[in-house]
Amino acid sequence: MSEYIGHDHNGTTVGQVEKQFFTFAGKEDPFLLESGAEIHPVTLAYETCGILNEDRSNAVLILHALSGDSHVAGYYTPEDPKPGWWDIMVGPGKGIDTDRYFVICTNILGSCMGSTGPASVNPKTGIPYGTDFPLITIGDMVRAQKMLMDHLGIQKLLAVVGGSVGGMQVLEWCVRYPDNVASAVALATTCRHSALAIAFNEVARQSIMADPNWCSGHYYGKAKPGMGLAIARMIGHITYLSDESMRLKFGRRLQNKSALSFEFGAEFQVESYLQYQGRKFIERFDANSFLYITKAADYFDLAREHGKGSLVKAFSKCRARFLVVSYTSDWLYPTYQSREMVKAMKKNNLDVSFCEIQAQWGHDAFLLPNDKLDHLMKGFLNRVAHESAPV
Amino acid sequence: MNPLRYDLQIIASWIAPAAKVLELGCGEGDLLLWLRQNRQVKERGIEIKESKVVKCIEKGISVLQGDINTEIMDYPDQAFDFAICSQTLQQVYDPVFLIQSMLRVADQCVVSFPNFGHYKTRIQLMFTGCAPVTKELPYEWYDTPNIRVLSLRDFENFTRQAGFRILKKAAINTKNHQMEGKIVTFLPNLSATYGIFLIGHQ
Repeated sequence: MSEYIGHDHNGTTVGQVEKQFFTFAGKEDPFLLESGAEIHPVTLAYETCGILNEDRSNAVLILHALSGDSHVAGYYTPEDPKPGWWDIMVGPGKGIDTDRYFVICTNILGSCMGSTGPASVNPKTGIPYGTDFPLITIGDMVRAQKMLMDHLGIQKLLAVVGGSVGGMQVLEWCVRYPDNVASAVALATTCRHSALAIAFNEVARQSIMADPNWCSGHYYGKAKPGMGLAIARMIGHITYLSDESMRLKFGRRLQNKSALSFEFGAEFQVESYLQYQGRKFIERFDANSFLYITKAADYFDLAREHGKGSLVKAFSKCRARFLVVSYTSDWLYPTYQSREMVKAMKKNNLDVSFCEIQAQWGHDAFLLPNDKLDHLMKGFLNRVAHESAPV
Repeated sequence: MNPLRYDLQIIASWIAPAAKVLELGCGEGDLLLWLRQNRQVKERGIEIKESKVVKCIEKGISVLQGDINTEIMDYPDQAFDFAICSQTLQQVYDPVFLIQSMLRVADQCVVSFPNFGHYKTRIQLMFTGCAPVTKELPYEWYDTPNIRVLSLRDFENFTRQAGFRILKKAAINTKNHQMEGKIVTFLPNLSATYGIFLIGHQ
């Protein structure tokens, strides 16, 4: 997702932020995963911006997508060339206004951006877990986030906000901890992956596992399975765009040449773009984390997990006010999937708003500047903040 | 805040305080916002147009983007006290089904529509021989969203045949961009620009 990061054109920013860490679960009280496995210790990297008010009622938890991290807005050093991944949305006077709300963004369990994941050292062996790291679920990620909220002393979140895999965590939060969530914003997400989404993830995983450097996941300290990860990212990237956005962005234009050269190098702009995205991804992301997080997303099935197969039953536990947003050109999590969750919410008499935003940029649209989303977010949070305020 | 359009003022006066209200085709949410702020209602809206949905949510209104005919179906029975369909009935393909659905999800429903029996409409048709274009129905025949044109009398006949019970009715005449108006009691089918009906179960 980082390819969109840009500074706000108005120059408004939350300013300098610092990556923080919270570690819990010891040998005596390990963190029990849904798979039945146990891990300890567990560390979550997180960042905050804005100020927590006295009654601790203005906290907004932002949940990132597959390859995101805790660095949601601002910059680490004054020389930092890039701000956090949602700098366009989070800041003073922005959609999520840090003058009003205390924003927390935590890196998910299983990731490689500061939280415990397959690249972390296994206390039993003293070497990185690799594929000895147990499989994790969206539920595990959310339960770990709840530990962090308890640690920060936040009993009730004003809002949980997230897109894509982050949106799955939003839904999980609302079902699992109904008393701790006042409202929820689920963007470009789904209650469960379609066969299409699982299929793309599986191809991406296979490309990593087919890389000779993968070594069954125990490659730490050796050459990385870079080629496999780059291809996985290229596949992912195709699903984040859309036919229309690729046609507009690249068409059949050639890269730095005017005629076909009849060789297998990157000739078309779209090829060169994907290769560039793939290469860039290897520098910052761990191949095993990609495997674990995509698998967790594929496993996610809110109805099966919380409603014995019924989405209506799953949402019957919720009390949050919802804002659900889909995008017209999102073919990874198309609008019908958002409508399905909205329908289940309606059947439970939940307070839900839904908007399908016209956008040509495919699944990634929620990461791009969009006045409509800013307005929706601002209006929605304002209402919730107003109604949650003590009378 | 802008004053409420006159026909909406009449509708608002019929809504009990703190009621649960569903509005079909809620536009930019003016009525629902007024009702929430002045009658403390719990509001829900349905609106098909994205730009209007964005405006609603900006105001803090709970609204779903979608077609009123299908979106109404997922609500549980009697989830609301009132369902309102203001000036949209003339665009609905199956009004019987819609009103039945409104009475399924709510105790009472309000419908309002421009009166095609208004004397200006009659005069236009009579003297020009062309389909009337009025302030209330401002479209040419080829670009109108209004697939039904009806008079107050048509609607009353319809409610009798369809088995709906009219609890209250108001024939109104509006002026000054519809912000002001008055209730019409003398020859309403001829002189009212809009009809508003509160409907209950038989």
